[in-house]
Amino acid sequence: MQVSCTTCEGAMSNKPTLHIPHPPARPGDKPDFSYVALSDPGAVDRPEVNTSVRAMAYLSEELIRVMDDDGNAVGPWHPHLDERDLQIGLRHMLLTRLFDAYMVRMQRQGKISFYMQSLGEEAISVAQSMALRPTDMLFPSYRCQGLQVARGRSLVDLMCQCLSNTNDMCKGRQMPVMYHWARGKIFSVTGNLTVQFPQAVGWAMAAAIKGEDNIAVAWIGDGSTAEADFHHALTFAAVYQAPVMLNVVNNQWAISTFQGFAGGERRSFASRGPGYGIASLRVDGNDFLAVHAVTEWAAERARRGHGPCLIEHVTYRAGAHSTSDDPSRYRPRDEYASWPLGDPITRMKQFMQKSGCWSDDQHEKLTAELTQHISESWQDAESYGTMTTGPFLDRSELFEDVYRDMPAHLIEQRDELRRLIGED
Amino acid sequence: MAEAQVKPRTLPYVAAITDGVRAVLREQDNAFVVGEDVAGAGGVYGYYKGILKEFGPDRIYDTPISEEGIVGLGVGASATGCRPIIDLMFMDFMGECMDEISNQMAKMRYMFGGRVTLPVTMLTMAGAGASLAAQHSQSLEAWICHLPGLKVVMPTTPYDAKGLIISAARDNNPVIVVLNKMSLGMMGEVPEESYAIPIGEANIVRPGANYTIVAIGRMVHEALKAAEQLKDLGIDAEVIDPRSLQPFDTATVVKSVEKTHRALVVHEAVRFGGIGAEIASQIQELAFDYLDAPVARVGAPFSPVPFSPALEAHYVPNADRIVAEVKKQLGI
Ligand SMILES: Cc1ncc(C[n+]2csc(CCOP(=O)(O)OP(=O)(O)O)c2C)c(N)n1
Ligand SMILES: [Mg+2]
Repeated sequence: MQVSCTTCEGAMSNKPTLHIPHPPARPGDKPDFSYVALSDPGAVDRPEVNTSVRAMAYLSEELIRVMDDDGNAVGPWHPHLDERDLQIGLRHMLLTRLFDAYMVRMQRQGKISFYMQSLGEEAISVAQSMALRPTDMLFPSYRCQGLQVARGRSLVDLMCQCLSNTNDMCKGRQMPVMYHWARGKIFSVTGNLTVQFPQAVGWAMAAAIKGEDNIAVAWIGDGSTAEADFHHALTFAAVYQAPVMLNVVNNQWAISTFQGFAGGERRSFASRGPGYGIASLRVDGNDFLAVHAVTEWAAERARRGHGPCLIEHVTYRAGAHSTSDDPSRYRPRDEYASWPLGDPITRMKQFMQKSGCWSDDQHEKLTAELTQHISESWQDAESYGTMTTGPFLDRSELFEDVYRDMPAHLIEQRDELRRLIGED
Repeated sequence: MAEAQVKPRTLPYVAAITDGVRAVLREQDNAFVVGEDVAGAGGVYGYYKGILKEFGPDRIYDTPISEEGIVGLGVGASATGCRPIIDLMFMDFMGECMDEISNQMAKMRYMFGGRVTLPVTMLTMAGAGASLAAQHSQSLEAWICHLPGLKVVMPTTPYDAKGLIISAARDNNPVIVVLNKMSLGMMGEVPEESYAIPIGEANIVRPGANYTIVAIGRMVHEALKAAEQLKDLGIDAEVIDPRSLQPFDTATVVKSVEKTHRALVVHEAVRFGGIGAEIASQIQELAFDYLDAPVARVGAPFSPVPFSPALEAHYVPNADRIVAEVKKQLGI
C-alpha cells in the first residue's frame, strides 16, 4: 500500500497513491487557517432571487460577508436591520451562549449526563431563525439550540429535556439536546446524522402540494455531508424544485476529523449544489448580518417558486464536539483564537457599538439579566425531578407511544413489569 | 527470579480489542483498519489508541462519515484479497449501510458462483445501559444472524475479545464482531501472544447439574449472578456463552439440556423475534424428550431503548429478571 500525506497530488510518481487528508495543525502546532478561502467584506454581489443556477454558480465559491474587521457593515448584502432587531439578535445569541455554558457546567457537576454546545456558531441559528417566518418548518441538527432560543422556547423546557425528568418533552426517551417543539415548528433532532435533510425535502414538498407558502429549512454539519442522505436530499430537492433551504454548517470539524475528510479540501461544500442544479451560497457564518441577508434571499427564492437553495456557513466549532470529547487530543488548544472570521457575538457587539445602538454598560446589564434568568430556570426545571431525586417518570412510559394505540401485547408487558417491580 | 511465577497479564476489554487488532495487523500484511475517528483520535471508545503510531498511516484510515461507504470499501477491498477491518461506531448505524451488508457482503460470494472471497471483518458496538437512547443502544444481532453468508460473534470477556477478533480476521468470510459498550472497562486475563478462538464453539462458563442458561453477550455476566442466586433454590445452573451466534454451537447447548432438563435463553435484544427464539426452538426440536419444562426466554420489552436511566434500568434484562423468569417457569 502506498500512501501520501502531502497535498501535492500525484507528485513525481507514475503510480496512483492515496491522499490522506491531514489537518493543517495538530496539538502543539501553530494554528493555520490559510486554507480557508475568504472574500473581502462587501465584495460579493447580490443577484436577483430568480437568477439561474448557472449564472450564480460563483456564489458557491465566494464568501458573502457584510461586517468588516472594524465593525462596519458594507456591500450589497447589508440587510439594514433596525436597532430593535439587532438588539434582539444579540440577546438571543448571548442567551444561547450563556445557556450552553451553564449546561456544560451542569454536566461537569454530574447533574446531566451529556451535552453538546454550539459555542461560536450562535449567529447561524439565531440570524436564520429571525430571517424566516414563524410558520416555516425547521429541521435542526444537534447544534442548533439558537433556533429554540430565537423562537422563544422556555429554557425550563430545554433543561427538563436534558434532565429527562417528568416535564421532559421526549418523556425520557431521547438524549440531551435532541429537542423538538411542535408549536414552535421545530422538528425533532435525531441521533443519526443527516436524516433530517431528506425529511425536510419531504416536508417542503408536502407544503407545496397543500398550496402553502411555508418553506422547510434544515441543518447538518460539514462531516454529515458524506452521508448518502445529503445526496438524496439534493437530488429530490432539485428534481421537484422543492421550497427548501438546506444548510451545511461547516465548523471545520466532525468530532476528530477536520473538514478535509468530508471532501472540503478542493472545493467548497456549497459548490456541490450547482452540480445538482441547486442555487448555492457560501456565507461567513460568524457574521450575523451576512447570514441574515443570505437566509432572507434564499427564503424569498424558495417562497416565490424559484426552487431550493444550499447554503454553506463557514464557522468554527469553538468547543468540544460533546461533553464526551476532548479536542486537545486532535487539534491545537488555542485554535479558535486564530480563526480568521472571529467570534460572532464579539463582532456583532462591535458593529452595534460602532453604529451607536449598544454600549458596554448595556452588555453587562444584559449578561447579568440573562445569567439570572438561566439559574432561575434551572431551579424551576429541577422541581420536575433531577437524575437522582424525584419525581421520576412513570415506568409505563416504557410502553407508551410505541404505537398510536397500545397493542395488547404491550399492555401485557407493561402489566407484567408492574407486577415484577411490585407496583401492583 | 527463577521461582517467580509469571503473573498472567490482565487487561480491560477495551485494551483487549486493541491487542486483537494489533495482532491482526502484525500477522496479516494486507490487513488495515478503516472507520470514523479511528486513526487520529484512536476511536471514540479509544480501542484504536496507539495503532496509527505503531503501524503508520497506511494501516489505519479515518473515513468520511458514511457507513455505507465504509462497508462498500470493505467489500471492494476484500474482494482484491486485502483483509480490511471496518469499524461501525454504533451497531445502530447498520441502518445506514444495510444494503452493503445484507445484499452485498453477505451474498456476493454465493451469487458470483464462488469466484470471490471476502475476508472482511467488521467491528461494531452494541448494547444498552449507558443512557444513549434508542439510536445508540440497540442489540441488533438478530438482523445479521438471519443473513446467510455472514458469521457473527459476540465476545463477552477481554480474552474472547482478542481471540475472536483474531479468528474473525483470519476467516475467509465476512465476520461481524459485536462488541459491548458496557463491558469496555471489564478486566480479564489476556495473553500477550496471538491466539484464536474457534468461531462456532460455545464456552461453558459455569458448569452446572440441573439447569441450563444460554446467555448472549453481556447477559453472560448477569446469568452468572443469577446462577449464584438460584443456588438458594436448589438450582445448579450451567451457564453457556455461545460466543458465536452464526454459526451457532447447537451441540453444546443440546448436550447440556439433555443433562439438566430445563433451559432459559437470555439476551438484551428485544425478546420478540430475537436470537433467543431460534435457540429455544432448536432446543425444543432436538431435546424435546429431555425437557421437563418449556424453554424460558428473557429479553427486552417490545419497545425502543429509553434514555432515562430510571426507565432504562427497567428495560435492560438483569440477574433479577432471570431469576424471576426461572421461578415463573418452574412455578416456584
Ligand atoms: C449515521 C451516524 N454516523 C455517525 C454518527 C456519530 N457522529 C455523531 S456526530 C458526528 C460528527 C458530525 O460532524 P458534523 O456533521 O461536522 O457536525 P458537527 O458535530 O461538527 O456540528 C459523528 C461522526 C452518528 N451519530 N450517526
Ligand atoms: Mg462539523
